[in-house]
Amino acid sequence: MGNNNLGIKKVDLNKVPFKVRVRPYLIVAPSLIITIGIMVPFVMAIWFSFTNYSFQFPTHRFVGLDNWVNMLTSREFWNALKISLLYGLFSTAIEILLGLGIALLLNSLNNWLSKVLRVLLVFPLMVAPVTATIVWQLMLNSSVGIVEKLFNLFGLYNFPWAASPDTALMTVIMIDVWINTSFVILLVLAGLQSLPKSPFESAKIDGGSAWFNFKNLTLPMLKPSLYIALLFRLMAALQEYAVIFALTKGGPGDTLMSLSLTSYQKGFTFQKFGSAIPYILVLWLIINVLAKWIVKRQRIAQKQASGLEG
Amino acid sequence: MMNTSKQRVLTALMNILLLIYAVFALFPLLWMVMISFKADTEVFTTTFIFNPTLANYKEVLFRSNYARYIIDSLIVSGGAVLVSVVVGVPAAYALARYNFPRKEELAFQILSFKFAPEILVVLPLFMLYQKMGLYDSYIGLIWVYQLISLPLLIWVVRGYFEDISVEIEYAAQVDGYPWYQIFFKMLIPLIKPGLVSSALLAFIFAWNSFTFPLILASSKVYPVTVAITKYLGTDTARYGNLAVAATVSALPAIIFALFIQKHLVRGLSFGAVKG
Repeated sequence: MGNNNLGIKKVDLNKVPFKVRVRPYLIVAPSLIITIGIMVPFVMAIWFSFTNYSFQFPTHRFVGLDNWVNMLTSREFWNALKISLLYGLFSTAIEILLGLGIALLLNSLNNWLSKVLRVLLVFPLMVAPVTATIVWQLMLNSSVGIVEKLFNLFGLYNFPWAASPDTALMTVIMIDVWINTSFVILLVLAGLQSLPKSPFESAKIDGGSAWFNFKNLTLPMLKPSLYIALLFRLMAALQEYAVIFALTKGGPGDTLMSLSLTSYQKGFTFQKFGSAIPYILVLWLIINVLAKWIVKRQRIAQKQASGLEG
Repeated sequence: MMNTSKQRVLTALMNILLLIYAVFALFPLLWMVMISFKADTEVFTTTFIFNPTLANYKEVLFRSNYARYIIDSLIVSGGAVLVSVVVGVPAAYALARYNFPRKEELAFQILSFKFAPEILVVLPLFMLYQKMGLYDSYIGLIWVYQLISLPLLIWVVRGYFEDISVEIEYAAQVDGYPWYQIFFKMLIPLIKPGLVSSALLAFIFAWNSFTFPLILASSKVYPVTVAITKYLGTDTARYGNLAVAATVSALPAIIFALFIQKHLVRGLSFGAVKG
């Protein structure tokens, strides 16, 4: 990135007139004002988490750590945390492994099938999560759905999918995998296509096995792309809202009440704004810590990968 | 490499695996389109041979408010992308070309908006919007959609600006062209493919967003992603209509995606992977 700033623009900013010095800030300012205008309520939210604010009453007062203590001592919170983490970890893990596998297949099979699929596999990713959930409801419905008919062939009747607490989480994860595996495939394919040729040619001369080459060359050089995929997928999956909401609204019972859904339910359905905020702040904290860690790992992987290229 | 029979079996196996995944990824969409053309009486038959009918389309598009919801989605998503382009492209340029203190922190600040949980933003905003009269309005949604479209546009377009060598700009400056001519007549045409595709991708993301319109809009503005949930509660007899609603809402995004293939990876990864 640094090399791009060579030339005219790289003057010592302390020696240029004030008018020129503030110019970049002025250009960026409108973007910041627009987005910060929206992030202001975010700061307000932290304050509200210490009050008994509700849409029902005109006034609110400071209640200290009540909301936080209530949350941390409730079974509801630990259940919500568990569901958010399970959803995030499982959907991300499956998407990365499946996406990596499919991308490797697409890359090594250079036939018409792989060429057509490279174009078509983008489709699920472009469909809104809500719409995707509807598509799957059409598939899984016990009277209309084709999956039920398919299962009947194998003697399996009335598979409950989202209707049973035992299979609901699996069902939403499957829908998430359906939507987002394409994202990993696209990223890994781009990574595979930008791999340098020379290390593979020398490996060929050395006569290493395919697995040896994959483990010691392809995988380390793909790692930076995989970390990017992990970053984007995990951050989104931990807070996924649309799929669960459209499929079961968090049910059956509290099977799918993740942190996002619990917070929404408390804030809007029960109108307890003050007690809704801590749930989502915990989620935000988890996301922030994980994002920082993944970005750090990505940088390290990037350095190691460029070392291999030389 | 020798093309032994073992190799051929392996290739066949790989093709089969790929095919299985392709069915998983694409069949649901095919199924949705098929049901959308099925008459209500035939929806339950699970057959692939049927008399295609446009009845569902006629009902959803002409005899319900769905067309209005589509227009709402277009206004809100299009407006959001427009605002993002106007304020975001100069910002992207500044972040690509100028060196100024706290530059990277600023850029990361903008990116962090993408990762903020939507519910966290939307809960307090709901209250604020009601006080400001922005609740359930086009401007209110266009504004909050900036959290979707602006970080994407700034980060991706910044990468495209960085790809252009500074020497070209320098040469034009030496030739005495004013900055606005250099920017609009030289730089913008150079990044145009990248700009157009990131704008389209931002449009797709805005079009697909669900949480923001669910909470910040109710009746006057009603984007399709929220409107479609109305069809969900209905009994299975109306599945044809649900399929039409889903197909129509998915179509614009899929068509745009086909246009921006070459730039898709770069856009999806916010410029982190230059595919």
